[in-house]
Amino acid sequence: MKKIINHKEDVVEEMLQGMVKAHPEYLKRIDDSNVLVRKDAPIKGKVALVSGGGSGHEPAHGGFVGLGMLDGAAAGEVFTSPTPEQILKGIKAVDGGKGVLLIIKNYSGDVMNFEMAAELAQMEGIEVQQVIVNDDVAVEDSTFTVGRRGIAGTIFVHKIAGAAAEKGMDLDDVKRVAEKTIKNVKSMGMSLTPCVVPGVGKPSFEIGEEEMEIGLGIHGEPGIRKEKIKPAREIANILLSNILEDMKLEKDDEVAVMVNGLGGTPLMELYILNREVDNLLNEKGIKIYKTLVGEYMTSLEMAGASISVLKLDDELKQLLDAKADTPAFRIL
Amino acid sequence: MCNSNILIKIIENMGKNIIENKDYLTELDRVIGDADHGINMSKGFSAVDAKLDEMNGKDWGSTLKTVAMTLISTVGGASGPLYGTAFLRASTVVDGKMEIDKEDIINMFEQAVEGIKMRGKSDKGDKTILDALIPAFEALKLAYEEGKDTKTAFKMAEEAALEGVEYTKDIIAKKGRASYLGERSIGHQDPGATSTYIMIKSINEVLEQN
Repeated sequence: MKKIINHKEDVVEEMLQGMVKAHPEYLKRIDDSNVLVRKDAPIKGKVALVSGGGSGHEPAHGGFVGLGMLDGAAAGEVFTSPTPEQILKGIKAVDGGKGVLLIIKNYSGDVMNFEMAAELAQMEGIEVQQVIVNDDVAVEDSTFTVGRRGIAGTIFVHKIAGAAAEKGMDLDDVKRVAEKTIKNVKSMGMSLTPCVVPGVGKPSFEIGEEEMEIGLGIHGEPGIRKEKIKPAREIANILLSNILEDMKLEKDDEVAVMVNGLGGTPLMELYILNREVDNLLNEKGIKIYKTLVGEYMTSLEMAGASISVLKLDDELKQLLDAKADTPAFRIL
Repeated sequence: MCNSNILIKIIENMGKNIIENKDYLTELDRVIGDADHGINMSKGFSAVDAKLDEMNGKDWGSTLKTVAMTLISTVGGASGPLYGTAFLRASTVVDGKMEIDKEDIINMFEQAVEGIKMRGKSDKGDKTILDALIPAFEALKLAYEEGKDTKTAFKMAEEAALEGVEYTKDIIAKKGRASYLGERSIGHQDPGATSTYIMIKSINEVLEQN
């Protein structure tokens, strides 16, 4: 294991300290917690948004705390959900009296810890609702499984629900647009290399020199299959075909596209992949309203990328275009 | 018939065995999950260990509640809420008791099983903690019904839990991160069932020494 760290036990703590030092104009840290909140939290009279999850996905989620997106983000250990106690601290710190919406990625641990936190907050008289993001089409959506994982599509939920809250919508309405976004966003990823969790010290899975893994999870969960590495055009086609098979887009539908790097892939390759995604969607007559390329939901040093497609309507377009100002996402 | 001093010894022994098996549990999880089960469980039980003095001399209910809250606030992942809920539910049926009997033991076990089912929306056969815990509970109950003593009943529970762990190798994971593997999860032992087996074995070891 070769990483720029001090002690493997301290990575989350030291990262959070470094993040606050880098973005003091946006973030503050709640004492005795791993929770980052907006510098101006709590904002009276506004629905507050709290997300979070395991660390190792930076900038998710602390990087999306700020105007027009999240009010708070709880960071767990690497790839491990934060505990209910931590999430509760976040909820209490951002509650502005209009209720709190929790944005949870669909992993057993995250769902259980956030649900427990919601129960505790409700006992203290805070109104809490939750939405669960499950955009990863690589996982079979079945009643016999925990269902699809939440991956990079979550950032669209932060953006759109955040804009809705900033506009002054009430908790039910913010939840409604969050759920619409979740229903309309599909994603799929692929990787070229595994990642190394600092506390474990060895790769989470094995992958051959000439191979790529299709449909992996953001915690290094193995994907749906390994195959020989292919040109960018074919990689885009594999991921996009799976996404489009699921969302049934028609000609002239408008979408937002996110090409997300997993941590170890240069921006150059992400732009090449984006070119191919753009070409493929154009061929099908699908209109791209907005494109995001960069690192939004990473998986430590994993090389690879995910593609997310969000189907838009007028309401979603307006909320997507609204002002957002956070360390890792800005629309001004 | 079981006083609260035994409970402290049991909890101490659970912690010792979980921490000793940290790498083993993590390795099992690396293959079909996300390689943190041993790390997280050790962290939780180290925090529980630090509270042993504080728990000493307290009743069964409050001791189990302290264990529950400590696990919930330190373990993280899915294991924290699951084991935390199990201990918390078990604590409710022995609240205020310094001594417990067979019926209490059965009630505690039953509450732990129900708590995990509820929190994890899961049941036997999903390749989880419950594949060790439910057979262990059933074996314990049967042993008591047949008039066996507590030591023998727990010996049988331990054997049933171990069989449950073996059984997880043959089935598809339907819950947790291993479920993403679908059929590829077959052939691998479930880390959660394994940590449950280690805990039941830890109870047994203490009973045998006393």
